[in-house]
Amino acid sequence: MAFSLLVVKLAEGLLVAIAIFALTLLFSLPLGLLVAFGRMSKNFLLRNIVKFYISIMRGTPLVLQLMVVYFGPYYLFRIPLGYSYRFVATIIGFSLNYAAYFAEIYRGGILSMPAGQYEAAQVLGYNKTQTFVRIIFPQVVRRILPAVTNEVITLVKDTSLAFAISVGEMFTTAKAIAAAQSNMLPFIVAGVFYYLFNSVVAFATEAVEKRLSYYQ
Amino acid sequence: MKILEIKNLRKSFDSLEVLSGVSLEVNEGQVVAVIGPSGSGKSTLLRCATFLETIDSGELIYLGEKAATTGPEGKAVYAHPADLRRIRHYVGLVFQNFNLFPHFSVIKNVTDALITVQKKDREEALAIGRELLAKMGLSDKENAYPYQLSGGQQQRVSIARALALKPKILFFDEPTSALDPELTGEILKVIRQLAEEKMTMVIVTHEMGFARDVADHVIFLNEGVIVEEGPPAAVLDNPQNERTKAFLNRFEH
Repeated sequence: MAFSLLVVKLAEGLLVAIAIFALTLLFSLPLGLLVAFGRMSKNFLLRNIVKFYISIMRGTPLVLQLMVVYFGPYYLFRIPLGYSYRFVATIIGFSLNYAAYFAEIYRGGILSMPAGQYEAAQVLGYNKTQTFVRIIFPQVVRRILPAVTNEVITLVKDTSLAFAISVGEMFTTAKAIAAAQSNMLPFIVAGVFYYLFNSVVAFATEAVEKRLSYYQ
Repeated sequence: MKILEIKNLRKSFDSLEVLSGVSLEVNEGQVVAVIGPSGSGKSTLLRCATFLETIDSGELIYLGEKAATTGPEGKAVYAHPADLRRIRHYVGLVFQNFNLFPHFSVIKNVTDALITVQKKDREEALAIGRELLAKMGLSDKENAYPYQLSGGQQQRVSIARALALKPKILFFDEPTSALDPELTGEILKVIRQLAEEKMTMVIVTHEMGFARDVADHVIFLNEGVIVEEGPPAAVLDNPQNERTKAFLNRFEH
């Protein structure tokens, strides 16, 4: 296989990896906030259900979770889902998993806020929603950004786990070509692509961090 | 006109009674200083009056409107949420640690509640905010962030923020305690100016000289009860109660 064709094939895989990455963030960041609220709920039942959910998501391998999401509907309920479900299952699996991690990060950030901020807002007449949206959350975002950046960089590399259910992302492609040609080169090129992908992500998160560092 | 009436207020944390039946009245334009040793319940009294803590029993009345009364079972019953929201607007509070919003500029700290809570339009809020910052001598700090200001400047911003909402009564919780001694003067000056403008104020303070200077009524709180009260000259210079004497003696030296 010509080198240029290898690059094209892997670039196609990279696009799938980028799609998994972007969609996972799109769903897991807001979902994580909801999960964090559930985890901090005054309702005993809700709080403990959410706690259990987080412990499962963090306590079992993501690969295994992908398998369950992909094969579960058929094995458990005999719902036939076509080939295209692979990608959907990947997004569902990743989003549920990352939401759990993000939830704990949000929770840590929210709990780290000094009580005085809530009290000042209360005395000024802000209701609970206004207090959270205008006063608390913007400060939480700033506080949790380094931890979120860590997760986001891990996510870039975790997209390769989609190979477990044969989604045609970059690692799956690299593995197939390497096996067919008994050759290391596809892995090296894929490695370079992952590294470049993460460099862009690091650049973007650094820019966001800089933007938010207008106060101390 | 009575701005605030507190009747027989009681408040416990777990089994520890912090306020054991405190009654006081604040009339319009009056400046009341609350003094007493730490742990005497001063801060709790202020937090109860500003709705940051709920009272166990007693009455809390602002401008004749009952915010909380004692129900038939002897427990405090708060007013209907809509009424309570209105009554809360009569009350402003300046914190010991300022509690400014660090992610907002100075002007936004002062105007945001006007826009978000009182639904005033931006221009009107800005006009109110700028006027108050000018009054506080902070016109040139409008676009600064709190971390860029000295403690004294931050506390003046927080006073402006409280005044922006036009409270009927303004509470101060040890407004100079978090400041370096050389910065307390600027805050005292502002409070003195507000007193001259007949702003109704209740000030929890450790600054005896200041209590003597601006207050027209001094309350000495000890172990959750008012031990002695009256004009500053009487309470501070000629205390009758032994505890008041002992407390004031510590400030002599």
